[in-house]
Amino acid sequence: MERVAIIGASMTRFGQRDAWVRELLAEAGEAALADAGVDGDDLDHLYVSNMASGEFEGQTGVSNALAHDLAATPAYTARIDQTSASGGAGVYGAWQSVASGASDLTLLVGGEKMTHRSTSEATDVIASLTHPVEYKHGVTLPSFAGMTARLYLDEYDAPRESLGKVAVKNHRNGVDNPHAQFRKEVDLDTVLDSPIVADPLRLYDFCPITDGSAALVFCPESVAEEYVPEDEYAVISGIGGATDTHVVHERVDPTTMGGVVDSSETAYEMAGVGPDDIDVAELHDMFTILEFLQSEDLGFFEKGEGWKAVEEGVTDRDGDLPINTSGGLKSKGHPLGASGVAQVYEIFEQVTGDAGARQVEADTGLACNVGGFGNCVTTAILEANQ
Amino acid sequence: MSDTEETRTDGGEETGTEPAFEAAEYADGTVTYPPHTVGPNGAERVGSIDLRDREAQVVTWTTSTATPPGVREPNTLAIVEFEMGDGYDGPPVRALGQVATPGDESADAAEPFDVAIGDRVEPVHTDDLRDPGAGIREPDSQSWDGFRFRPVDE
Repeated sequence: MERVAIIGASMTRFGQRDAWVRELLAEAGEAALADAGVDGDDLDHLYVSNMASGEFEGQTGVSNALAHDLAATPAYTARIDQTSASGGAGVYGAWQSVASGASDLTLLVGGEKMTHRSTSEATDVIASLTHPVEYKHGVTLPSFAGMTARLYLDEYDAPRESLGKVAVKNHRNGVDNPHAQFRKEVDLDTVLDSPIVADPLRLYDFCPITDGSAALVFCPESVAEEYVPEDEYAVISGIGGATDTHVVHERVDPTTMGGVVDSSETAYEMAGVGPDDIDVAELHDMFTILEFLQSEDLGFFEKGEGWKAVEEGVTDRDGDLPINTSGGLKSKGHPLGASGVAQVYEIFEQVTGDAGARQVEADTGLACNVGGFGNCVTTAILEANQ
Repeated sequence: MSDTEETRTDGGEETGTEPAFEAAEYADGTVTYPPHTVGPNGAERVGSIDLRDREAQVVTWTTSTATPPGVREPNTLAIVEFEMGDGYDGPPVRALGQVATPGDESADAAEPFDVAIGDRVEPVHTDDLRDPGAGIREPDSQSWDGFRFRPVDE
């Protein structure tokens, strides 16, 4: 199987944007092609990660639209939807296209346009991923987070403040990310005094509603240096995808995300590394509690100990294992289909030494993208070209 | 598959016109709510269990204050685990549901009961859990009645 390199990357500014989804996708796609030094008509495959452009905007067929806008016809195109993990699923699909030999040059663009909808409407679009017996009770993804956070705090005797410290850390990291929706620090009191959204979680425990796009260019590692200098590409050394139950309450342990466990085991095995070899990670902190769950289920910390790592500063930018140097979904924003691509963008920037003020010492990084409430997950490991 | 056409494997009988709280039983003895085509281990479905008359314990809960269109606000939700008896050794049988309001169970204006982890609750049927026409999902694509949970007096 061919090893796959990422030779170009871009992301738009995340936040409230005037542009609609087609324009956002084109903005990121064009920039990534320029970063790799290739044109649209060089592409064999073009994928668009997007959860709900039809529901949000009434625009379907986005992958074909983007191929036309980037003069990429007749490249094979497909839209990849895996709810909030559409971006990670897109990375998997793009990797697969090159690793299998089906494509010698693939562009992946993830994007979503959401902010023109009210919070209530956007929440309902996202909640539509739930099973009918969940949906009819008015469950939302934030309410799953509230229930899981309550159970976690109770089972592991974790203080409520530890969740707030995830928000404080990730907002602090976001200050140095020029693409982030919020580039403003918050203090713990602000987090803990913010309005309740899903008890015990409050407003600052949640990511915002966001517009934005991110893109990556993939090719076989064997030809990467034909496009870019040797220190400007990264290799996907491991990748895995997995699902957990659709119905959240059927999981035997509600504080364990089986899809994270399974997808990361596959990725670690493929890369020939383990959790201790990861230098930096981007986790899907759509809600603060998810950073605890993923950091444990990825094997970084023992079950029930993830909160202690945050309390002790282990996951700070200058800690032993920096998590969410980009600011995470919490500060950077969460344009559904773009998020998994933007996570890999951050790891790409870190392992190629191009992360600017956010730079940490990293040869190997991991991105974990979660759809639903752990329903579907993709874990990718990137390594610097060495 | 309607509840009344399904083979009841719990020995119970339908009572009145209130729909059953239908869980599925599979050939290997496991039970799930909601029912699936096959069980968690791939075993075929052999019948149904009605959870209406069973008590459950609150596993966890939340009160959501940012609810979607057509949903009561605030909306207290709980994941509960049913008591399946000593003879059952499958995975836990749980449901997610709204916490009931005191008095008129159809009233959305009243504050839901207070619940805590470990509390004992029982199902109570409600005709409309949310306004079917207000959200994104096609109203005819699913049912909108169901069971809320109210505390059991000790």
